Amino acid sequence: MNLPDPLRIDRRLAIKWILAAGAGAVLLKGRAFGADGAGAPGGAGYGPDPDLMRAYKPGDYWPLTFTIAERRAAAALSDLVIPAGPLSPSASSVGVADFIDEWVSAPYPDNARDRGTIVAGLRWLDGASRTRAGAVFADSTDAQRQALCAEISLDAPAHTEAGTASRFFRSFRDLAAVGYYTTPVGMKEIGYVGNVPLARFEGPPADVIQRLGLADEVKW
Amino acid sequence: MAVVTPESAAQNYDVIVVGSGAAGGQSAYTLTMDGARVLMIEAGRDYDPRSETPMFQTPDAAPLRGAGTPDKPFGFFDATIDGGWSVPGEPYTNASTEGGRQFKWWRARMLGGRTNHWGRISLRNGPYDFKPRSRDGLGFDWPIAYEDVAPYYDKVEMLIGVYGTNEGLENTPNSPEGVLLPPPKARIGELLARQRGRSIGIPVVPAHRAVLSRALDHRSLPAKLHPGNAKAQRVLSEDMQNRAACFWATACGRGCAIRANYQSTTVHLPPAMATGNLDIVTKAMAREITVDAAGRATGVIYVDKTTGREHRASARVVVLAASACETVRILLNSKSALFPNGLGNSSGLVGKYIMDTVGASWGGNIPLLEDLPPHNEDGAGGDHVYTPWWLYKEQLAGKLGFARGYHVEFTTGRQMPQAYGAYGNDAGGRTSYGARLKEEARRHFGSYVSFTGRGEMIPNADSFCEIDPDVVDRWGIPVLRFHWKWSEHEIRQVAHMQRTFADWIAAMGCVSTRSPSPDGRRSIEPGGSIIHEVGGTLMGSAPSTSVTNSWSQTWDVKNVFVADGGVFASNADKNPTLTIMALAWRAADRILDEMRRGNL
Repeated sequence: MNLPDPLRIDRRLAIKWILAAGAGAVLLKGRAFGADGAGAPGGAGYGPDPDLMRAYKPGDYWPLTFTIAERRAAAALSDLVIPAGPLSPSASSVGVADFIDEWVSAPYPDNARDRGTIVAGLRWLDGASRTRAGAVFADSTDAQRQALCAEISLDAPAHTEAGTASRFFRSFRDLAAVGYYTTPVGMKEIGYVGNVPLARFEGPPADVIQRLGLADEVKW
Repeated sequence: MAVVTPESAAQNYDVIVVGSGAAGGQSAYTLTMDGARVLMIEAGRDYDPRSETPMFQTPDAAPLRGAGTPDKPFGFFDATIDGGWSVPGEPYTNASTEGGRQFKWWRARMLGGRTNHWGRISLRNGPYDFKPRSRDGLGFDWPIAYEDVAPYYDKVEMLIGVYGTNEGLENTPNSPEGVLLPPPKARIGELLARQRGRSIGIPVVPAHRAVLSRALDHRSLPAKLHPGNAKAQRVLSEDMQNRAACFWATACGRGCAIRANYQSTTVHLPPAMATGNLDIVTKAMAREITVDAAGRATGVIYVDKTTGREHRASARVVVLAASACETVRILLNSKSALFPNGLGNSSGLVGKYIMDTVGASWGGNIPLLEDLPPHNEDGAGGDHVYTPWWLYKEQLAGKLGFARGYHVEFTTGRQMPQAYGAYGNDAGGRTSYGARLKEEARRHFGSYVSFTGRGEMIPNADSFCEIDPDVVDRWGIPVLRFHWKWSEHEIRQVAHMQRTFADWIAAMGCVSTRSPSPDGRRSIEPGGSIIHEVGGTLMGSAPSTSVTNSWSQTWDVKNVFVADGGVFASNADKNPTLTIMALAWRAADRILDEMRRGNL
């Protein structure tokens, strides 16, 4: 059987919230950025034998925990990460913010680790937006939001506020992308075709084989 | 006949089979089709893939978009229930805390065991694989040769349905004409890997997987499999007609409601139950084999997990098919005045020489595969092609620095997006987002290729399991304690895998800034990760040097057989399931013969 390989590697392994003591920890209403995490959620997961046949929605197994402010920030940020385009809607319209809330509220160790990153990051985002734009992230203008994201999308040294913000942004982006592209809307947008029964599997279309010069390889 | 309770089970059976996976399913199938009355004891719950398989569900219908969790390690929709590397209430321990010295033990507590979710890769061991010590002086020879097992490979392939081709490659046996089903067409990334692999001397051929690329021939196969047995032929013919051909959608790891791939629960157990000769008791945890004063097994004591009560089942023969390590555990816990060190353990070798498969991967983005027109690459729900080990001669000549080979499995294609993966291109020190992210995700989708090595581990004296003197499970049954160590052969093999794969993706046009570590210790998957554990009750040619004889029968107690991977004297790179089934069929034939002769 196949285990996740390095490319499929769990994105959670790549996302570690590192905050060195005294290395520019930003105080936000008296809280250190990256600390706190709004308390780890307790409770049980779905257990080793859940009903696989029913459809679930975020909140069915464990309560969602974003505050209203965090939820608004997450929705606004998810739409900036995955905006509507000519062919597909934005992230929040397919429930990506709900998914991220579900993710960071889940009682599993990896999720609890991400929770610190995401919840603290969203609070930092609102704080930074208030400082720069005079309003929380969701209430700032599109231009202001774009400016802030352009900044935190850049890699920055670890153990700095910018570095912490950058890592939060990448974690959030990864979660938003997972949340988006695992929906039927996102699958269509990315170009996934399948999950339908076929009488025959025909292999790649002739023009694709032609384009890559692989006609000689088709032996069976 | 059916799923029974401890109370409704019969007093006596011909055979008790412990376990219901590849080994238990095959044992029960062979025995019941020939008229033996069988009680199967399964530690997990009853499970019916026809009604419980989430075939077309998309990840947004699952918690956490279907991502793996400690409750469901391979994702929400994975067929495994009540299983994983940790099972609540059923601990195991490791003797060492040192890095690289642990073994992770996967269990699937459900009817059909891990056959419900496995990769369906079905490879025959070759002639070298049964006589490895004769070839390179390492490990152990089996007391049997490829020719002894070949007829059973034929039968298993005809029964379960395996697609693939006969390529005549070294130590990669052909099947007889007409046995294999036609392979599915290769995906575009697989074709590119084939073309570029050739330039660096690596062959790519159709995979062998237990998936029905067309319906089984229910008219001719039953007579080939059960000559002279009209009832078995009728039962099998009817059952084969209830297995549909693959409809080229949904991943095999979820299981298959239309019974197009092999699971014990869709292939072995339905016809076995249709004979009327099979009773199954589920949620029944086998604790020990009981023996009489003459040293013959009389049956099995098991715990009803629902009530916590102990029950005894009686039979003329006991077949252990509990998985290699669980079988070790049952034998070592079967202590009596006659067998103070556990049953079948006069050699002291029960639990010794456990092996897993060696695993490592490498891959990258292939620009040639970017931005292709969307097309359906679901296919057979798993690999369509693979690379058998191709460097036998170089290896024998001592040019590689490690003694045993590996095969290569592929991950390519435009598979349904999952809750992991690379959706952005974060080059240039910037996290990609916005319209650019959407454009990149679309362009990159399907352009990632990864190669996964699956290699042979040589049995060693430092890899074994024993009873932990201090720990019991929730039913009070002593648990296993593992000892583990890779040898330099496995470590160097992993380094070779990754170096080869890096060369291969480069030949496919991948431009990567990262490169694999030359130290295999950094990349080798931990012991038990690949879930191919075998050994612990090795078959051999003498009672002093092995646990079972060439018929998988314990030397010490002649009416106890081991049908699972425990008897493997080596663990070839070939995935063990097909060989487990072939040996289980062979052992069951032996049991039937010996019962007829009055020897059992």
